Amino acid sequence: MNFQLSEEQQMLADSAKRFVRDNSNVETHRQNKKLMPLNEMTWQQLAELGWLAVPFEEEHGGMGMGPLETMVLLEALGEGLIMSPYIATVVLGGGFLRRADAGTQAKTIPALIEGRLQLAFAAEEYERVFSLENTTLQGVVKGDDVVLNGTKASVMNGDQADLLVVLARTAGQPGDQQGLSLFLVDANAEGIERVPHRMVDGRQGAEIRFADVSVSQAECIGELNKGYDVAKAVLQEGLLALSAESVGSMSVLLDDTVEYTKTRKQFGVSISKFQVLQFRMTDMFIAMEQTRSLLLASTLKYVEGHADADKAVHAMKAQLGRAGRKIAQEAIQIHGGMGMTDELGVGHFVKRLTAADGLFGNADVHLREMVKPA
Amino acid sequence: MDLQVPEQEASFRDEVRTFLEENLTDEIREAGKMVTSVFSPVKEAMAWQTILNDKGWAAPHWPKEFGGTGWSVTQRAIFAEELVRAETPPLVPMGLHMCGPCLIGCGTQEQQKEYLPKILSGEHFWCQGYSEPGAGSDLASLKTFAEKDGDDYIINGTKIWTTYAHHANKMFALVRTRKDGKPQQGITFLLLDMDLPGISIEPIVGLDEVPEQCQVFFDNVRVPQKNRVGEENDGWTVAKYLLTFERGGQEYAPSLHVQLEKIKMMASRQQTVFGSLQDDPVWQYKLAQLEADVLALEFTEMRIKSALSAGKDPGALSSMTKILGTELLQAITELRLETLGAQATIWQPQALVPGDEQPIIGPEYALTAMPHYLNSRACSIYGGSNEVQRGIIAKAVLGL
Repeated sequence: MNFQLSEEQQMLADSAKRFVRDNSNVETHRQNKKLMPLNEMTWQQLAELGWLAVPFEEEHGGMGMGPLETMVLLEALGEGLIMSPYIATVVLGGGFLRRADAGTQAKTIPALIEGRLQLAFAAEEYERVFSLENTTLQGVVKGDDVVLNGTKASVMNGDQADLLVVLARTAGQPGDQQGLSLFLVDANAEGIERVPHRMVDGRQGAEIRFADVSVSQAECIGELNKGYDVAKAVLQEGLLALSAESVGSMSVLLDDTVEYTKTRKQFGVSISKFQVLQFRMTDMFIAMEQTRSLLLASTLKYVEGHADADKAVHAMKAQLGRAGRKIAQEAIQIHGGMGMTDELGVGHFVKRLTAADGLFGNADVHLREMVKPA
Repeated sequence: MDLQVPEQEASFRDEVRTFLEENLTDEIREAGKMVTSVFSPVKEAMAWQTILNDKGWAAPHWPKEFGGTGWSVTQRAIFAEELVRAETPPLVPMGLHMCGPCLIGCGTQEQQKEYLPKILSGEHFWCQGYSEPGAGSDLASLKTFAEKDGDDYIINGTKIWTTYAHHANKMFALVRTRKDGKPQQGITFLLLDMDLPGISIEPIVGLDEVPEQCQVFFDNVRVPQKNRVGEENDGWTVAKYLLTFERGGQEYAPSLHVQLEKIKMMASRQQTVFGSLQDDPVWQYKLAQLEADVLALEFTEMRIKSALSAGKDPGALSSMTKILGTELLQAITELRLETLGAQATIWQPQALVPGDEQPIIGPEYALTAMPHYLNSRACSIYGGSNEVQRGIIAKAVLGL
């Protein structure tokens, strides 16, 4: 057992922290949030730093790293208000591309690494509590093609994406793992209508409607009707990345709150002197460290292929939701009125944690998954 | 002891329902549904106040001679419940529930005659100048200073978290008139016009991206001494009078019941792989916990009403309701987020603005969930934070 960062991982963490220090500030974030599309500059910067290459093979120009390095990078980025489609494009989109056929990989991954290609994973649906097997978007096989009909909701980076990975039901019923298929679809294909919107944390999202969208079966990632395992693996990498970013944000909320109580004076003393607040900040700290432990547990078990890796990832996402909400709520309460404003970073990190809980199944969903019979 | 509702009170409920059905306009109903805060959209709330005032129902809690209704405690509660059930936008409270009662209790006859009718009609839109950047939980440490100059005071300083100061034409404020002695004993209660020279207002954008609060700056603002309510240096007494007046006045349970019913509807619409979310034992368990808590709060509030009806002091019970009501509201907005999942992460605050014509993205019932969750975090901060409230109970009730 060794939980120390390698030299390479340490360098990645250090440079990401430096990048956050130099580029993250609340005012820029407030302005960027209003932009549609998002600030392209940031994305190009991330490409130039080589970070879009992290999880890809060297033959495509990648760095040949994995979820551990993604964790290190995103935890550091999560300490800043840098909005980027990293999880949507590199972790989720890239995760599917790495599992696509060789031709597709050669065509797409180098462009992604250079910052010229963005992706989104279209998985969530309206009025369906999220799980992969709860998918209903219909795919009907017609000769060499599959025709897609239905709507995907809250798709992270859905508006900016050039390529969509669409999770569709090509056979069976909601609840069946069998009968799910994944398609790589040109986001501007005929029959696709995208309704862009912001997400609560300022990220961009979209509702995506599919009306008789024809996709060649050749664009299927994995086998037709057998997309579940691929989708699950990539989703787990996405959840780990989202969790790493959240841990970074939790640490800022804790630090900011502790700092604020030292400077804020009421009744003639710094409010940090009040035991009731000390205990609550201690509980925030404990919640954060427990989350960090589960992040390590789930990432290492996933990377090493342990039998209980699935359970650990569900536990992680549940913890992200529960601890994230607690830390967010306490950060606001202890900041008082100031915590309710758009001016401080607090609210923006709170929104990020709130969004992270809601996406791809909240705490309840993942707790249920943990106890689901195999 | 019993729970029977006397005949005349049941028929009063019918009277209120009929009135609401006949008088609520579509615009007001629509605005009521979109409320994500204790503060309603101003235009619609004021339109609704005008309708209520024409009927004589804008301030049921005021004594009859000042324009109240003369209703019993139970009738007032029925009226409040029916407003909540019909999802009317809450009336803006600063005039009707804050300044008005202070004037009724502590104002001169002249002040009562001048201001009370205009509070009822909405001609005067009040804001509350209490908190300051350095005086929040510790309100008595406020520093905005009013210096005597002939028949006037000259005010310098700043107020913060002043809800709707950018809509108001009047402010009631606590200002310091003496710097020595106990902090509470050097405070004076003043009424002032918001368009006076030297006043500037900066709206503060909240987490829901709406400027609900403001900071107000005073630079040599001249206010006549006749605008003082109560004695000089005795403003703390005036402010505290409100607590007596409003005791048991605010009920949380009726609105919480309505919110829980709506969440059930939302859950019934969410499909899991085993049925609807409403059939899920984990979800049901969470709902049941909240239903039990709200039922308990409902009866705590009824105990207060019962004591008041019998002319008794409800004592400690009324101190509890702010803590319970606000924290249960927060828990309910949280269950709503949990019920809606990723649908609640769609951010479209513009769609909450009355009259906005853009199509809503996602289910309409999900629209208010996130802004309401975020905004309701303020409930345990304002009006005396819940830490301050717990401190009051510890001291006054437990004798610690």
